[in-house]
Amino acid sequence: MEPAAGTQVTYLDTSLRDGSHAVDHDFSPEQVRRVVAGLSASGVRYIEVGHGAGLGGSSLLQGRGSYSNTELFDAAAAVIGDSTLCTLMLPGVGVMDEVREAVEHGVGGVRVATHVTEADVAEQHLRLCRDLGLRTFGFLMMTHLAAPEVVAEQARIMEESGAEVVYLADSAGYMTEQGVRDRVAAVRAAISVEIGLHAHNNLGLSVANSLAAIDEGASFIDGSLGCLGAGAGNTPGEVFSVVTRRIGLETGIDEWRLMDVAEDEVRPLMRFPQVIDRTSLVLGYAGVYSSFLLKAKAAAARYGVDAGDILLEAGRRGAVGGQEDLLEDIAFTMAQNREVPVATA
Amino acid sequence: MDLSSPQAVERPLRVAILGSGNISTDLMYKVRREQSLQLIAMAGIDPGSEGLRRAADLGVPTSADGIDGLFDLDDLPELVFDATSARAHLAHAPRLADAQIASVDLTPAAIGPMVIPAVNGDEHRDGMELNLVSCAAQATVPLVAAVGRAARHLRYAETVSTVASASVGPGTRQNIDEFTHKTRKAIETLGGAERGKAIVILNPAEPPPCMRNTLYAEVDGLDEDLLAVEVARMVQRVEAYVPGYRVRGPVIDGRKVTLFNEVEGAGDFLPTYAGNLDIITAAAVRMARQRVAAGAEARV
Repeated sequence: MEPAAGTQVTYLDTSLRDGSHAVDHDFSPEQVRRVVAGLSASGVRYIEVGHGAGLGGSSLLQGRGSYSNTELFDAAAAVIGDSTLCTLMLPGVGVMDEVREAVEHGVGGVRVATHVTEADVAEQHLRLCRDLGLRTFGFLMMTHLAAPEVVAEQARIMEESGAEVVYLADSAGYMTEQGVRDRVAAVRAAISVEIGLHAHNNLGLSVANSLAAIDEGASFIDGSLGCLGAGAGNTPGEVFSVVTRRIGLETGIDEWRLMDVAEDEVRPLMRFPQVIDRTSLVLGYAGVYSSFLLKAKAAAARYGVDAGDILLEAGRRGAVGGQEDLLEDIAFTMAQNREVPVATA
Repeated sequence: MDLSSPQAVERPLRVAILGSGNISTDLMYKVRREQSLQLIAMAGIDPGSEGLRRAADLGVPTSADGIDGLFDLDDLPELVFDATSARAHLAHAPRLADAQIASVDLTPAAIGPMVIPAVNGDEHRDGMELNLVSCAAQATVPLVAAVGRAARHLRYAETVSTVASASVGPGTRQNIDEFTHKTRKAIETLGGAERGKAIVILNPAEPPPCMRNTLYAEVDGLDEDLLAVEVARMVQRVEAYVPGYRVRGPVIDGRKVTLFNEVEGAGDFLPTYAGNLDIITAAAVRMARQRVAAGAEARV
C-alpha cells in the first residue's frame, strides 16, 4: 500500500552530516553555506550539519574534520533562515558540554543516537536537549538487528526521556520493505510522539522503504541530496520529494529547487560517484554499518586483504556503529595469519 | 619485592567488601584466593541478594546493614573494597577515613587519587583512599603510558573501548559522560598524553564479545625499538593480575601509533567476556596485595 494523498511528511536533510562520511569529513564552511542556503530556500525545514559521527566525532577513529563542528554550524546558521539547524550526537563519543556549545553556535535540534538496544545510555542527553529547549530527536541505529518488539521498547525509553521524534535508522541499508513495516508498526503502537526513518541505499530500497514507513505512520524522513552519505548513501532527497509530489504527500518542499541544489551544489562536492558498488552491496547484504565502507577499503589497501572479507567478518562479529577500529584490527590479523608482511615502518 | 610469594607475610590483611552485587561477588572469589588477604565480611543492603547468599555459603560473615554492619564487627577491617555506588561511597569515605580503614573505591565517586596498578600502583600502595577510575582507564592507560615512555612527546592519545552490553550496569549507562570524562582525565594525567579522548561503545552481540580496546596515539620523537620493549613490559605488568590481557601491534604510521587490545576476564564469578569488570576487580585486589607486601617490607 502507498501512503494516502494529503499525508503530512517532514523531510530532514542530512547531506551535510551523513554526507560528511563520503567526503572524508572535509566539508568547508563555504560549501556548507551554499548547500544550507539552497536547502532552506527549497523549503527544507530541518537541516543536519556536522562531522559524520556528530558532536565529538572528529577523531583518529572516525577521521578528523578539516573544520570544527562549530565552524560549520556558524556557516549554516548565517543562512538557514527559518529552518532548524540540527546535528547528531552519540553518547560515548560526544558529551553534553558539546551539546551546550552547539546551541551557542545556532543549533536548534539534536539527534541523540544509540545502538538499537542501548537507548538508556541516551537518557541524560535527551533530557538535557529538552531542558535546553531544543527540538529533541531519539535515533536508534542498526534497527534491523532487533526484533520489532525490542525496537518498540527502546523507542519508549527514548520517548520517556524526552524525545519528540524517535527515528529508526537502517544504518546498514539492510532492511527490505517488510522489515521496515514491522518495526514502524510496532513502534507506532508503543509511543505517541512522531516516528522517523533514516535509510541507507545499499540495496537500492531507500525511497521505497521510506514510503512504507510513512504508510505505517512515520512522519519524518531523512534524505541526502544525490544520496551523498555513508555506504551507498541515504534516501536521495530530490528523488523522494519528486515521488511524494507524484503521489500527493505534503512536504512543503519545492522539489524543482531541491533538484537544482542537488545538481548544482551537492554533486560537485562528491569525491566519487555515489553508487551501489560491490562493497556497498556487501554492507547491505551482511548488515554492516554503512560508515565502515571507506574505512574497510582503506584497511584493505593497507594490509593487502579484501574489503568485502573485512566487512563480512565485522558483520559476523556483530560490530556496531563506532567500531571502525575493529576493521583495521581484522585486516591486521588477517594479514598476519597469511604471513603477508605488514606495512609498518 | 616478590609479590608472588605471599607466604612470606606473617599476618594477612583483614579486608571486607561493601556491596553485594556482581562486582562484589567476583571480588570475593578473587580475595579468597589470596593468602595475604583475610576476608572478614561482606556487607550489602539487600538481605536477599545472591552475593550475600554466596558469601554465607562459603562461610564468609555477612551483613545486610551496609557499612554499619562492618562497624558492628568486633575486629574492624584494615581495608574495605567499596563496590556500591558513587553516592554511597561519598557517605562511606569519611567514616572509613575516621576509623583509619583504607578504602579501595571501585565506584565512580573519584575522591582519592587515580590508581592504575601497572602504571602508578607502587606510588599509592600505602594510600588510604584509592580511586580505580574506570574499567576503560584500567585497560587503556597502561598502553598510553607505554607509548609515552617510548616517545619524546605524547601529543594525543585516543582510546576506543568496546564492551559487551550485558557487562554495563545502569550506573554507567546513566552516567556515560562522566565515564568518558574520567577516562580522558586518566589518559592525560596518568598516561601522560598532552590531550586525551576516550570513546566508549556498547555492543549487544551474542555471544557477548570480550572487552576490546584500541589506542591511537600521536607522538613526536618515537624510538621504535624502545616502543616494543615498553609495550611488552607493560603487558607483562598488567598480565600479572589480569592473565587475559592481550595486545596486538604496534602499527606505526608516521607519527601515529596504533595498538589493539583484548581483555578476557578470569571468569571467577563474572563471565569471561566481561574483561572490563574483571580488570577493575583484579586491580582492586592487586592494590590490597601490594599493601601487604609493603607492610612486610617495612617490618623487615
